[in-house]
Amino acid sequence: MDFGSINPAVLIASLMVASVPIMLAALGELVAERAGVLNLGVEGMMIMGAVCGFIITIQTESAFAGFVGGALGGAVLSLFFAFLTQVLLANQVATGLALTMFGLGMSSLMGQGFNGLKPVQTPIVPLGPLADIPFFGRVLFAHDAMVYFSIAMAGLLWWVLKSTRIGLILRAVGESHEAAHALGYKVIRIRCAAIAFGGAMAGLGGAYVSLVRVPQWVDGITAGAGWIALAIVVFAAWKPWRVLIGAYLFGGITVLQLNLQVAGSWIPVEYLSMSPYLITILVLVIMSSGKGRAHNAPAALGQNFHASR
Amino acid sequence: MLRRTLLASAALGLGLMAATSSLAAGMDKVKACFVYIGPIGDGGWTYQHHQGALAVQAAYGDKVEIAFQENVPESADAERVLTTMALGGCNIIFTTSFGYMDATNAIAAKFPDVKFEHATGFKRDSANVSTYNARFYEGRAVQGLIAGRMTKSNKIGYIGSFPIPEVIMGINSYYLNAKAVNPAVELSVVWAFTWFDPAKEADAAKALIDQGVDVIASHTDSTAPLAEAAKTNGAVIGFGQASDMSEYKDGPRVSSIIDNWAPYYVKRVGALLDGTYEQADAWEGIAGGEVEIGEITALVPAEVKAEAEALRDAIAAGTYHPFTGPINKQDGSAWLAAGATAPDGDLLGMGFFVEGIVGDIPQ
Repeated sequence: MDFGSINPAVLIASLMVASVPIMLAALGELVAERAGVLNLGVEGMMIMGAVCGFIITIQTESAFAGFVGGALGGAVLSLFFAFLTQVLLANQVATGLALTMFGLGMSSLMGQGFNGLKPVQTPIVPLGPLADIPFFGRVLFAHDAMVYFSIAMAGLLWWVLKSTRIGLILRAVGESHEAAHALGYKVIRIRCAAIAFGGAMAGLGGAYVSLVRVPQWVDGITAGAGWIALAIVVFAAWKPWRVLIGAYLFGGITVLQLNLQVAGSWIPVEYLSMSPYLITILVLVIMSSGKGRAHNAPAALGQNFHASR
Repeated sequence: MLRRTLLASAALGLGLMAATSSLAAGMDKVKACFVYIGPIGDGGWTYQHHQGALAVQAAYGDKVEIAFQENVPESADAERVLTTMALGGCNIIFTTSFGYMDATNAIAAKFPDVKFEHATGFKRDSANVSTYNARFYEGRAVQGLIAGRMTKSNKIGYIGSFPIPEVIMGINSYYLNAKAVNPAVELSVVWAFTWFDPAKEADAAKALIDQGVDVIASHTDSTAPLAEAAKTNGAVIGFGQASDMSEYKDGPRVSSIIDNWAPYYVKRVGALLDGTYEQADAWEGIAGGEVEIGEITALVPAEVKAEAEALRDAIAAGTYHPFTGPINKQDGSAWLAAGATAPDGDLLGMGFFVEGIVGDIPQ
């Protein structure tokens, strides 16, 4: 195989960029699911984030404001979900699917008139001489802030879930809401917060697609990234660092397979095209099998809670 | 039981009435329906089809009712959408993507009174199915010439959607006409296996750019490849696909292929209204106005622009065919003899690359 024309530094740098949207969305969904909420509306929240972020960036000419707006857009949409499932006790699966459809339609409506505009470029974080280090400079020190933010969030969530009181309460709510309720924790309130966090993260991921990855607005721009994020949460066995690995694997192989095609690899294109899905699933399944709990899902995942029961 | 028989015979009677009246003297009002593969805001393929639909509305006003559905997958979903449309009173249904071919023919057989028009396909199994297409390869020839003249790295790229004759034809035409003006040119093809996925299209463009390609043509529906090319500040150029994509005119877009479906849609719906409708197999190109070459921008030197426009005019006049022999297939076997031009049948079933293109077509 001819790897000669593929520059590994460029490849790794592009895979880090390509992975950001699904990683952010998957981390947000992970928090919601660890709190026992199955929100299948990730795709809808992502695209709302994408359109809100885009509109705000066009209006304010600030990429930072765009990302804040994207997070808000995703969070606001997720609050609809929170209201329906946590207050009105609607079925989470059906509501989540409806949320995706609603988000797709709503974003298309809001995006009218924004087709074909170009947002301001999101700046690369200036790290001065670090960026000039051969290989590592290109790979590690020449990205925009969101790339670093996504990695930092994976670390932060791992620490919060594992070692803090907030993380413990969140997990308790997700494992047994009755027990958490008996201990005096506000199950509904905690879950609403987790849902809003998930929405904000999905919104950020969506905004990254419309502001950095594709820099434009077209209807349906996220094109299924939300579903990939959902799958990665499951295959990562609800662990943040595995989400990072899963997202990088998926993003990495997506970028690699396209590069291999350009380089004229002997591997048939069909195999290259399916490889991101196949290899990500395989690796994560292998990682989560073996010793210990293979089945790691939060015990109360998808179940609604009402204090009277 | 009785009620069911009654209903069935009533439905039959209604159907007969509808059939006879439509055959006799046209129709007073036509409901024209459109099935789209992407969103109407994609800025490319589906956008252009929708412009055609709007032109029909504008042309006939109250006599026409327009309905459409976006984002219809090329799967069993297409059959469901078509059935719903046929039952919902559509008189003519335009299915605007290659992958709807089998669904269109299957549903058309069940609704003989509804006219079906399938874009870019070749199957007309029942009398109420027509096909229509545009000779996009003519536009690809003009793009190929510009690509061959403009490339500095001698590496040009093409983002393919699916390995179907339509797309392969475009790749071959693009390559042959680039090669004709620049023998050193090399073509890289990336298959995206999607018609519409902006992030993936952008990634494909990025992969091409990362490996030194500096002219990118795409056969997918969004403007994402141009947006990716725009990030290189002028080092990489590209073309508008399906629509003019004029918002990138001051950037990487140096020309475009514009699909102009409006004349065909207006003509067909008009024929249905006045009763002259007949099954058809339409395939128009630059000469017929279905394929338009978008403005060539100032980034292209004047002499190259003139050359490209001369090629466009020669194709329109019929004095030049983008596939003129001698042309060999990729494996070296002969396809066209010197001076021969490609018969339409060969083009519509094209499943091979021409000599000089590297890489295999996924089967």
